[in-house]
Amino acid sequence: MIPKSLRARTNLFIVLVVMLNPLGNTFLREGMNRTGAPPNWTSQALAIFFWKAFQSGSVWLGIGLLILFFICYMLVLSWADYSYVLPATAGSYVVVALLGSTVLGEHVPLGRWIGIGLICAGAGLVGRTSPATERGN
Amino acid sequence: MVTHVMKKVAREEQWTWRIAPHRVGRALAEGQMWMGVGLMALAFFAFITVLSWAEVSYVVPATAANYIVGALGAKFLLNEQVSKVRWAGMLLVAAGVALACAAH
Repeated sequence: MIPKSLRARTNLFIVLVVMLNPLGNTFLREGMNRTGAPPNWTSQALAIFFWKAFQSGSVWLGIGLLILFFICYMLVLSWADYSYVLPATAGSYVVVALLGSTVLGEHVPLGRWIGIGLICAGAGLVGRTSPATERGN
Repeated sequence: MVTHVMKKVAREEQWTWRIAPHRVGRALAEGQMWMGVGLMALAFFAFITVLSWAEVSYVVPATAANYIVGALGAKFLLNEQVSKVRWAGMLLVAAGVALACAAH
């Protein structure tokens, strides 16, 4: 019998992981796009590049969200199986596609929607198993 | 490695929200955690590097295979019980990821 609290807690953290990762990457990418690429790979150009990047609020927000993502990921792995968490985190692909199509107005090809459907089906199947199994020998 | 360290620092303690920062702190004090993070970072940079010269159709199976390799690692290295239902779910997810990436 799987305690409801264990499953609820695990699913909460997985939802956080699935949401925070793409959000963090989105803000980080936006900040880096505004910063622009360094003109060359000299130490001076790189120093200026990083100085400019770390002046961007989007970059800091992205870094903060990604740190939060990793903390949630670490915590859920402290009690749940890796083989339970790993497929669930593929839900990030779903979030990215939904964000892209609804917020950014991007065209998402049919093949990608079918792939997203398979990911949801697979994550749903995994979700029917216990988040934490007893250790084998 | 990350999972192994997190299971180790969790010990047998009962979960409460208050212990979360302590659990994260204990994990970050473990060298093996940083090795795991380093390997994850290496994998990411290797992935984007390969993407810069290889076709997406070449890289996509590797992305999907990540889920299968992860399940095998969980079973044989972490001694998790991976049931047939979980394997089936994992394979569906891998197929879905392959399709989603290939269609990008």
